[in-house]
Amino acid sequence: MSVQADPIGLTDVAPAEKAAAKGKRSLGILQNRKALIGLIMLAFFLVLAVIGPWIAPHDPNAVTQDSLQPPSADHWLGTTNTGQDIFSQLLVGTRGVMLVGLLAGVLATAISVIVGVTAGFIGGLGDELLSLLANVFLIIPALPLIIIVAALVPSAGGVTIALIIALTGWAWGSRVLRAQTLSIRGRDFVEAARANGEPMWRIIFFEIMPNLTAIIASGFIGTAIFAILSEVTLAFIGVTSISEWNWGTILFWAQSSQALVLGAWWWFVPAGLCIAAVGTSLTLINFGIDEFVNPRLRNTAASAALLRKKKIRARIGFTPVYHGGEPQHPKTTVARSGANAETAEEVTA
Amino acid sequence: MKYFLRRLGFYLFTAWAAVTLNFFIPRMLPGDPVQSLINKFQGRLNTDAVESLYVLFGLDENRTLWEDYVAYLNNLFHGDLGISFTYFPTPVSQILTQSLPWTIALVGLSTIIGFLLGTLAGVGLGWRRGTWADNLLPIANFFSAIPYFWLGIIAIALFAVTWPVFPAAGGYDPGTLPGWNMEFIGGAIYHGILPALTIIISSISGWILGMRNMMVTVSSEDYVTVAQAKGIPERKVMFGYAARNAVLPSISGFALSLGFIVGGTLVAEMVFSYPGIGYMLFQAIGSKDYPLMQGAFLVVTISVLVASMLADFVYAFLDPRTRVEG
Repeated sequence: MSVQADPIGLTDVAPAEKAAAKGKRSLGILQNRKALIGLIMLAFFLVLAVIGPWIAPHDPNAVTQDSLQPPSADHWLGTTNTGQDIFSQLLVGTRGVMLVGLLAGVLATAISVIVGVTAGFIGGLGDELLSLLANVFLIIPALPLIIIVAALVPSAGGVTIALIIALTGWAWGSRVLRAQTLSIRGRDFVEAARANGEPMWRIIFFEIMPNLTAIIASGFIGTAIFAILSEVTLAFIGVTSISEWNWGTILFWAQSSQALVLGAWWWFVPAGLCIAAVGTSLTLINFGIDEFVNPRLRNTAASAALLRKKKIRARIGFTPVYHGGEPQHPKTTVARSGANAETAEEVTA
Repeated sequence: MKYFLRRLGFYLFTAWAAVTLNFFIPRMLPGDPVQSLINKFQGRLNTDAVESLYVLFGLDENRTLWEDYVAYLNNLFHGDLGISFTYFPTPVSQILTQSLPWTIALVGLSTIIGFLLGTLAGVGLGWRRGTWADNLLPIANFFSAIPYFWLGIIAIALFAVTWPVFPAAGGYDPGTLPGWNMEFIGGAIYHGILPALTIIISSISGWILGMRNMMVTVSSEDYVTVAQAKGIPERKVMFGYAARNAVLPSISGFALSLGFIVGGTLVAEMVFSYPGIGYMLFQAIGSKDYPLMQGAFLVVTISVLVASMLADFVYAFLDPRTRVEG
């Protein structure tokens, strides 16, 4: 429990302090080291997605005499068996990967919000039917379904793939959102709004949705990771258009041109590392959101270094406490548990 | 009992939805895929195969959509999935029956091993948070962001090409014939080690992270503190009190994520040319063998449904609350 959420703590705080507290809260996600690293990594790849095709030193399709060259000053990441520059392919391919991730993420999140919040809010038969739909989509294996659809659509490009992924990947998010909406629906502030005669759309958009922001953001990032992995996998299998460059296409050509047997590691290692780096950056941001939402996770992360310094072995029985400054009401904020009373004291001191 | 019937009904409905989806997907496509296919395979498709195409795509002009659908369901119930183009004139069902055991052995075993190891590691990491163990998290994080197939490529490059300790492709020694003898089984295990390891490595981190977060949350519950205060041995508190309750979401997640795992491991089969369903699907895509593609999708889906139904029932057995809510 943080002080901001404590009504007793806020009632007699001066306006300036209040503003400071609010500013700190909105920057909260940036204070999380994991989330910050993730955001920086993601920004790097987003910039590459925009400027990649302009700064590529060679034409990614240009066939030259330098076949299968290891990395050199002229070809930073070596060349393919037809003399194409791999570094340029990687740069040009970034845009396709990021675009599909973003597009599929946005679409799937939109569907999951509509289905999940509606199901949670209306309840009854409508809820049963929407939940059934989500559960069916959740359990039918997504990747084989995407493979079938993509293989049947002739020369599926980035946008088509994003659409297919969004249509098959919304179910998990909608399930989580439904559960959360159900739990919020019955709380006092929603009841109060209803008693005041607020219209339904207002309750949904101004009372319920703001409380779902973190879950929606986290669902968006999860879907984006899923979309990026699916897209490169589809390209690698050769289901999608192989003339459009993305990191999966590079791996497709590497595999089909026997790069493994030829020992041309520079052909398949960089693309995989890029995928892993984008995925890691998104996961790190998601961790940040998780810790922002779940105070227990946040607290252990924040206090781990502190505990180590004090040579305390964190075990169990740590009820989350506020570390941000002098607690105003020691009796309420410093919750301690019987078994670890002394250690809890030490941490808060 | 009511709970089990309800779940059973749900799985039957899902199976029907998958079958129906499979029937309608080719029909929703733009253009006339059958004619273009027939043109493409000019001279290589005989009347049987063309017939199988028309049934598959439901484009027989003498019948209504409903009659097509009934005919399709009827064929399915008799185990008739059409005839493969690639392995003409072998029926699709026969090809899939041969490859299913490979997939179940490889994917099933490595998925279960990955789940058990990952959950156990998650218990340990969640219990000892704030120590060196936390440094393992970014590594697990990185591995969960790698696509399966790339890990497979790297494994082949390292352990089959650079240091040739394991075979790069296939499911058994080319010199042996499939059968229940030591030579064949030994070869099959030897060929399975590398793909199994990559599947375990890539699936394990997800379980570790999920279990760790649940352990952290459960560890600060009052009953754990009380157990600790009563002086119950730490090991017992860790497994009997904390882990026992923290594992429930993991098991329920296990049921739900089977589909994702199977989807990913199909790709592992494609990379390792392992003679399972995934590899068949891969070959079907390469040669535009639609009956085989759709048959593979159905078999994979039904297997996932059966597996998650079993996991679901185990969950209901472990957590009596689900049965009451049912």
